[in-house]
Amino acid sequence: MADITISHLVKTYPGGTERATDDVSLDIADGDFTVLLGPSGCGKTTLLRMLAGLELPDSGSIAVGGKDVTYLPPNKRNMSMVFQSYAVFPHRKVRYNIGFGLSMAKKPKEEIDRKVAWAADLLQLGPYLDRLPAQLSGGQRQRVAVARAIVMDADVLLMDEPLSNLDALLRLNFRSELKKIVKDLKTTTVYVTHDQSEALSLGDRVAVMRKGQIAQLGDPLDVYDAPADRFVGGFIGSPPMNFIKAAVSGDGGALIVGDQRLRAPSLLQSYSSTDVLLGVRAENVAVDTQRSSGDVPGTVLVVEPMGSSILLTVEVEGQTIKVQAPPTFRTSPGATIWLTFSPNSMRFYDSETAMALVAR
Amino acid sequence: MTVDSPPAPVQLDTPARPRRIPPAVLLIAPSIVFMALLLGWPVIQGVLQAFRGDEGFTLDYITRMVEDPYFWPAVRNTLLLIAVMIPLQFVFAITMALLLRSNPRLNKVHFFVWAIPLALSDLAAGLVWLSIFNDRGYLNSVLTSLGLDSIPWLAYDNPATLFLCVLVAEVWRSTSLVLVIVVSGLQGIPKDYDEAAQVFGATFWQRLRHVTLPLLKPSLQVALILRTILAFQTFAVAQALTGQNFPLVVGETYRWYTALQNPNVAAALALVILVASMLISVFYLRALRDKGQEGTR
Ligand SMILES: Nc1ncnc2c1ncn2[C@@H]1O[C@H](COP(=O)(O)OP(=O)(O)O)[C@@H](O)[C@H]1O
Ligand SMILES: [Mg+2]
Repeated sequence: MADITISHLVKTYPGGTERATDDVSLDIADGDFTVLLGPSGCGKTTLLRMLAGLELPDSGSIAVGGKDVTYLPPNKRNMSMVFQSYAVFPHRKVRYNIGFGLSMAKKPKEEIDRKVAWAADLLQLGPYLDRLPAQLSGGQRQRVAVARAIVMDADVLLMDEPLSNLDALLRLNFRSELKKIVKDLKTTTVYVTHDQSEALSLGDRVAVMRKGQIAQLGDPLDVYDAPADRFVGGFIGSPPMNFIKAAVSGDGGALIVGDQRLRAPSLLQSYSSTDVLLGVRAENVAVDTQRSSGDVPGTVLVVEPMGSSILLTVEVEGQTIKVQAPPTFRTSPGATIWLTFSPNSMRFYDSETAMALVAR
Repeated sequence: MTVDSPPAPVQLDTPARPRRIPPAVLLIAPSIVFMALLLGWPVIQGVLQAFRGDEGFTLDYITRMVEDPYFWPAVRNTLLLIAVMIPLQFVFAITMALLLRSNPRLNKVHFFVWAIPLALSDLAAGLVWLSIFNDRGYLNSVLTSLGLDSIPWLAYDNPATLFLCVLVAEVWRSTSLVLVIVVSGLQGIPKDYDEAAQVFGATFWQRLRHVTLPLLKPSLQVALILRTILAFQTFAVAQALTGQNFPLVVGETYRWYTALQNPNVAAALALVILVASMLISVFYLRALRDKGQEGTR
């Protein structure tokens, strides 16, 4: 167990023109579960591989437990890792695979046996210990990869999209198991995923990455609730956050969306007469078939029942947004409905830089 | 017959499926015929030749072969050469392949240069090394220019250096075959396994022993069988370098056939090589069989 300090890591692959990680700095506290989240190609794997020592940075440094490990070879770092491809050794039985790290460290046989039994029990691999990986299903191989990583007493546990090859149901089940296992281990964990729901459900903290940089770092609810910029809001959440072009009135007291005027929160006082982007999540828009005070009219374009809710695509003042209505709400395409944005859940972004506005 | 016996099952009048030769057989038939004519027939002829005398079956040729003063030295030399050369070649080839895998600059050029001997005829290789090892060859020129005595590397009364010269030339000539097989085998192993082993604390030697070599086993097996069989047939290089001073089994076959004009004893010698090759292949296939993976492929 150890804390991790990543500072100013820059990596450009040979032959590449863009930086795979671009001056990334990140502090991870001892025992924390940090998720690196971002679209494919944003540099998550690169960052993780530099942590593991499988890739060397062009500049910057990594310290684990206060010790600089930037250029230390992987086998000297006392880390363990779950590979996206599993990388379970095909020529050896499950038992050997799980105990691999321990036997490389020349641990006594009883200890290896005990730990392998413990991990196999935890991951329900008991019946498969004497099989070869080729005789296992994808989900079981996945478990072997996790078991191999958790027997290690490593300082840091790294996981690269460990659930991405599982089918949806298995993924959901294994996700909660994994969360429990890692919580009990109390090992500092860095977890890479492109799946925002996985990130929100697993992480103590989420680092959202974009083009080799960290766009936002925070606990999952913060990141979901108050995205630091338009990219993060658009990437996290299903459906993603709505962004509506708006303007602040001359006196700063009203928000103008098309022909509609809404009451502006006090934050916008200092942004009078500027164009802004209004960010609001689908579930924070209340819908009604009747008009009440302060509401905005919209035309329903698409109705998608989702079971627990109904997802509406609504046109408001020439802009299309997604709205989540209760399952009992009845409407049909072409109907006019009335929307209310709850003042506390509105977020505002600079219309040019797309960064969150702060009170000034 | 009772009245209410159940009606006999209706015989559906399906025509019997015509017995046809499966297309696969038709497709491989030409090559089977070719193999039979070009390989099978000469082999049978050769075997017969080793045992057929004027009045039927005879072991005379075998006896003559064994009693020839050159026979046992030839067998001994061949086995010695194999025993020393094959391990050396595998160490070289695996080392070179691992070096290539670590992606040095000019990776492709290195591989190309190392594979050149593959394209060279073995007689040409023998002549090249002859120009190096002979009494006034390049090696001795270098030695004298350094102020050292020149050494008669290929003198008939110096078996150690004779062996050394043949060994060096053969290793140089034929390691590239092993290299090519090992490189292609390595390329087929995903990098993840090695990386996983690294992360889990394995040192270079541990990775080699527990991960790389086991995964490379199928390629090594192919290379081992090929190289050993070819090593039994080592001939031209030794012939060019040593003439008859370092007899090998195939060299003896050649001598019996050409110089001594006795195709029957030559056939007997060829038979020895054939049997040895077959035995060694069976041995390798059994010894290297992957016990863990039986039945999973
Ligand atoms: N081995 C490599 N060689 C060259 N470029 C690479 C290599 N691996 C990744 N890249 C590039 O670096 C960038 C980041 O890749 P990666 O870290 O794998 O992204 P992610 O894991 O977030 O999908 C991508 O643009 C990718 O094309
Ligand atoms: Mg990746």
